[in-house]
Amino acid sequence: MSRRFTPKVVTANRLREGDVVYLTADDRWSPLHHEAELIDDEAHAQMRLLHAAAQKLVVVGAYLADAKAGAQGPEPTHFREAFRTRGPSNYNHGKQADLAG
Amino acid sequence: MYSYSDFDEAFVRARVAQFTDQVERRLDGSLTEDEFRPLRLMNGLYLQLHAYMLRIAIPYGTVNPGQMRQLAMIADTWDKGYGHFTTRQNIQLNWPKLPDVPAILQALADVEMHAIQTSGNCVRNVTADHFAGAAADEIADPRPYAELLRQWSTDHPEFQFLPRKFKIAITGSPNDRAVTRAHDIGLRMVRDAAGEPGFEVMVGGGLGRTPMIGITVREFLPEADLLPYVEAVLSVYNTLGRRDNKYKARIKITVHETGAEEITRMVEERFAELRPAFGGADQALLDDIRAAFAPPAFRNAPVDGFDAFYKADPAFRAWADTNLAEHRNAQYAIVTISLKAHGATPGDATSDQMRLMADLAEKYGHSDLRISHEQNVILPHVHKSDLPAVHAALAQAGLGTANVGLLSDIIACPGMDYCSLATARSIPVAQELATHFEELKLEHEIGPLKIKISGCINACGHHHVGHIGILGLDRAGVENYQITLGGDGTETAVIGEKTGPGFAYDEIVPAIERILRAYLGLRLEASETFLQAYRRVGLEPFKAALYGSEGEKDAA
Ligand code: HEM
Ligand code: SF4
Repeated sequence: MSRRFTPKVVTANRLREGDVVYLTADDRWSPLHHEAELIDDEAHAQMRLLHAAAQKLVVVGAYLADAKAGAQGPEPTHFREAFRTRGPSNYNHGKQADLAG
Repeated sequence: MYSYSDFDEAFVRARVAQFTDQVERRLDGSLTEDEFRPLRLMNGLYLQLHAYMLRIAIPYGTVNPGQMRQLAMIADTWDKGYGHFTTRQNIQLNWPKLPDVPAILQALADVEMHAIQTSGNCVRNVTADHFAGAAADEIADPRPYAELLRQWSTDHPEFQFLPRKFKIAITGSPNDRAVTRAHDIGLRMVRDAAGEPGFEVMVGGGLGRTPMIGITVREFLPEADLLPYVEAVLSVYNTLGRRDNKYKARIKITVHETGAEEITRMVEERFAELRPAFGGADQALLDDIRAAFAPPAFRNAPVDGFDAFYKADPAFRAWADTNLAEHRNAQYAIVTISLKAHGATPGDATSDQMRLMADLAEKYGHSDLRISHEQNVILPHVHKSDLPAVHAALAQAGLGTANVGLLSDIIACPGMDYCSLATARSIPVAQELATHFEELKLEHEIGPLKIKISGCINACGHHHVGHIGILGLDRAGVENYQITLGGDGTETAVIGEKTGPGFAYDEIVPAIERILRAYLGLRLEASETFLQAYRRVGLEPFKAALYGSEGEKDAA
């Protein structure tokens, strides 16, 4: 089986608040997964990760997470990443609350 | 209770000042994350899935009302108005912001608390029975020994670079409520034939990816030999322990690889060398520490009010039957406040609830509060005549759930709702189990049962020693839950046995129901508990209930 590159997004936590954020194609950090840049080239993914990791005063723990194209934009493929887009399931805390309304 | 010495006070204040400076330097860019991470971990600050998390130490699980109110104030001011009590007898805040952490540490230091997680491969905080100083079955309060061990091990030059972290647990009662057999060293107080108090010494217990029950290296150790003996164990481990492989570095592996007999021989030999060097200074220190843990001035008053109320009020009776434990003073009771209301997150308390518990401790409980590793809060000393008032106040605040020791008194680690190491969620599984069996009204019928859930192999939820253990895993990108049965964390400790293939998230509650219906069908009488029945019949009937007959093959 040929190993195809699984598309990725760059994600991290904000240094000060700890909130989950995603790197957009126009170099913003967005709280919304679907605004992330969906990267389907391995070399480009590494470049974007380096770019993210260099922003030491903005984010912490940047990494590449698997994602896929969706109707609104990139969507997570693994449940861990899906939880990170929302917040915990036991309380209406985190993004599901912060982004509502 | 134990109060900080000037040394402790200065040490904690210096650490706060130091960390305040480190946070500033991280925020202005003079420290990189790689430089900062070990510094923040040393101060109990983790980065989790959705936010930072601050872990605040509660030595031997003992807090006073002023400290509890300060925790409530901190939760209101810098977090989301609640805290999470854990199996390690500490409290975690799930939403602190990095720039606020120095102020939080300052507020903690004001009430002699800290978040220093004595990290690294040294002797960690010693944990103790949460009924210490109160239990009817207790030989002596274990906390003075725990404090002695802390003072002796802090900065002990020989033991700063052990092969791996080292955890000691101690109980002053023959009945083990501190899971001592699952610690690197477990100390269980017993009496010898002459009635003298001493310790059974167990070595090499631990959970995590290679769960093991500690072996007894000494059936009876006289009290005065405690420090030299513990030092002998550490010394042997320091020489033999594997530094080449992180997964084989804990003493449990050393014991396993060396053999019980040989380890015991080596420890005894080292002990014989060390014993003469301990001239009694440790015993003098122990006496000083003991004074700090002196029992409160117990009240002498009639208890007929309690008896009458117990007869008259069924809600109070149900609560008294499950949530009270026997106190060494017959006029008193130990109250366990359940942080496990059906459907709530195990171990969470709101700031209002914390303040109420502080008020009750002050008014009715000799100003003493404990955190149990089972994620509940304890009022260790309540006069029986005050119990109706305590129960009424708790019930009004949503803290009156009568379920201690029952199905819904579940231990659950934070799992994938918070923890970045998790492979699956654990909290919602606990919530659904509690509400499901509440709807079926089966909880009291089932009787004493310990369900423990971990969200990954690290086993922070103690699942290996649950009568029913649930371990959440990631199987090909979906949550999958493995069940173990027959685990026990007490003096008769055993690691539970795996039943077979795991269950998907929406199958785990029905699977547990099948196990418990099988138990109800096969128990000899209502008084035969789940654990007793399991020990009598073994795994097979439960496997059949879980997988049906054709599933048994795969399960093997
Ligand atoms: C969310 C942050 C947490 C992290 C990063 C974490 C990490 C770990 C790790 C790596 C281990 C395995 C250690 C080893 O085997 O050498 C462990 C064990 C353990 N943790 Fe946690 N844990 C966390 C939260 C908790 C919580 C909330 C509790 C209490 C509810 C807890 C209690 C324990 C216990 C009891 C053990 C097993 C004891 C042993 O055998 O060493 N942890 N943890
Ligand atoms: S058991 Fe795993 S998921 Fe649960 S708190 Fe520990 S490290 Fe996190």
